[in-house]
Amino acid sequence: MVANQNTEKKFDMTQPRNIATILSIIPGFGQFYNKRIIKGLLFLIITVAFLIAFWDFLDIGIWGLFTLGTIPREHHSIQLLIQGLISLIVLAFGLGIYAYNFLDARKDAIAKEHEKTNPTLLQGVRDFYNNGFPYFMILPGLLMLLFIVVLPLVFMIGLAFTDYNQYNAPPRNLLNWIGFQNFTDLVQIDIWKDTFFNVFTWTIVWTVVATTLQIVLGLFLALLVNDKRIKFKRTIRTFLILPWAVPAFVSILIFSALFNPTFGAINRDILSQFNLMIPWLSDPFWAKVALIMIQTWLGFPFVFALFTGVLQSVPTDMYEAADVDGGTRWQKLKFITLPHILFATAPLLIMQYAQNFNNFNIIYLFNEGLPAVRGQNAGGTDILISWVYKLTFETNQYNMAAAITIIMGIIVMGFAFYQFRKTASFKEEGRY
Amino acid sequence: MAMTRKTKSKIEVAFIYLFFALMFIVIGYPLAWTVMMSINPGTNMLVTQLIPDSPTLEHYIWLFTDPGSDYLIWYKNSVIIAVLNAIGSVIITSLIAYAFSRYQFFGRKYGLYLFLLLQMFPALMGMVALYILLTTIGLVDSIWGLLLIYLGGQIPFNAWLVKGYYDTIPRELDEAAKIDGAGHLRIFWTIMLPLAKPILAVVALFNFMAPFMDFLLPQIVLTDPNNYTLALGLYNFINDQFSTNFTRFAAGSILIAVPIALVFLLLQRYLIGGLTAGATKG
Repeated sequence: MVANQNTEKKFDMTQPRNIATILSIIPGFGQFYNKRIIKGLLFLIITVAFLIAFWDFLDIGIWGLFTLGTIPREHHSIQLLIQGLISLIVLAFGLGIYAYNFLDARKDAIAKEHEKTNPTLLQGVRDFYNNGFPYFMILPGLLMLLFIVVLPLVFMIGLAFTDYNQYNAPPRNLLNWIGFQNFTDLVQIDIWKDTFFNVFTWTIVWTVVATTLQIVLGLFLALLVNDKRIKFKRTIRTFLILPWAVPAFVSILIFSALFNPTFGAINRDILSQFNLMIPWLSDPFWAKVALIMIQTWLGFPFVFALFTGVLQSVPTDMYEAADVDGGTRWQKLKFITLPHILFATAPLLIMQYAQNFNNFNIIYLFNEGLPAVRGQNAGGTDILISWVYKLTFETNQYNMAAAITIIMGIIVMGFAFYQFRKTASFKEEGRY
Repeated sequence: MAMTRKTKSKIEVAFIYLFFALMFIVIGYPLAWTVMMSINPGTNMLVTQLIPDSPTLEHYIWLFTDPGSDYLIWYKNSVIIAVLNAIGSVIITSLIAYAFSRYQFFGRKYGLYLFLLLQMFPALMGMVALYILLTTIGLVDSIWGLLLIYLGGQIPFNAWLVKGYYDTIPRELDEAAKIDGAGHLRIFWTIMLPLAKPILAVVALFNFMAPFMDFLLPQIVLTDPNNYTLALGLYNFINDQFSTNFTRFAAGSILIAVPIALVFLLLQRYLIGGLTAGATKG
């Protein structure tokens, strides 16, 4: 045993496992050396086919990724950027197969050193199926994920470091890599600086206030409905989750009409009783107040339903013990109920914050981020994501939109990081 | 002393009911208002009444019969996308989640991290690239392109959700089946799938409802009114002439909101159960 370990530590060129590994530099030859001809041929054919099929694509793609094209009108920088990114994905798959080729040859050579006979073809195929099974299961989804979710995000990251805007757009112009210029513009050029500061502040206020309000209201209602003295619980619950059941875009558009200063019912039917007219859509402050109220209306039912479910799982003997010790209702709430339900639902509550941070629908559908504000290029109620939308699709400032997206992404990753540490899926990992 | 406590309790309960009554008004008012708008005659918002003197169904009839109304086309588009999205996402996510829950393979742990991270990023962040990609493969302004984005975009959240649920299914069950000689797919088909029905129903429901509720992606991807989904169609419908189309919009919205709300209320218990099982266990 000890001797064996020594030989394994020392690198010995004549050892079959090392010969097989080295020969595998040309895919398939390691397998030939192991006398596994069919497998070797397969590796060789796959490699040749891969090179023939993708060589030109990869060549242009990688070149394009670095240069973004050299001749205006002929080279389309954006298409080159996308092709470059796709090339990276293809290349990664290719390298994966290449690495597997090494590992496989080495493994077979080690088996041979231990004088195991080569498995039959049928056995080989069966082993391949068994070992490869999880990969086959995730492959279709993985491909979709790579192209539909990951690629666009990476593309966006790339854009943030280019000079792609409405004046400098392919195919007329070539794009250039400009490093962190967009980010420095964002904090140095006045109009960008002011807008960014205002929108960022409002986004944080919006996320914290709207989400906290919906959680507090949901919690409060869940506690009330859970009270033993309350009857008709089912009916009350059903009614309370109605705002969740109605599609949000419908509710938001309805509210947008309700708050409309000229014909909306809130000014016309309700506030007119008190001789009040509030400019809900044209004054930034009141528009923000309206948005927070609407989001509370839309969002509390989810929290309510969640807490109602969890409340039933609080062990009753803890309350009984508290009663024996003469605990007040407030103490029971503070020391038993709240810790229990908040701990159980923390990841989902964090998600609520993350969702509101990126809640494009309500901002855009209510008032399209308006009213306009002098001296900035975002509306008074725009949050970061709706500002990005406008920059992208209305004023075509792709580079700045992408830079802001990256900043948003970093914040979102903060939420995600917290989530990582809290989630059940990872607590299960101990089983392996 | 006993008497006062009882009265105190009664007053408390009265206040609780009062609060519920207030909530009912706040929740019910916008919804009832919409219903009332939809049965107001005429299309001028300024002369609508909360309780119309002569209620009418003219707007509902207009939506379905008027040649100027694309409502049925939008409804058809939405249903097609919703059904295929529900089926497709159940197939894709149940397979991925099975691999992640039951197998050890290269990249497994980082794959899970990636899912959790990616589900936080809204599709809007990569919209420019998606648009260019769809143009390249000729699927821009097509409901199939939209469907493709939905199918890919739902993977991180749902795979994670279903994986969390699979983890709660005792491993002994599939190990026993393995000893009896069942293959990978057989275990998946006869043991995992039947036991995971509740969470798969949740995934199907989520993805069925998403196309009815989503407005942003269709807004970016679709341009031809014949390809519109309901959300986009209705939004443009009132965005063109807000005050004059609102009564028709109200009628159109009610016809979406009622079926969705009913399905939702019937299934909400499973929804909450599935969410908490996937996300909070332990």
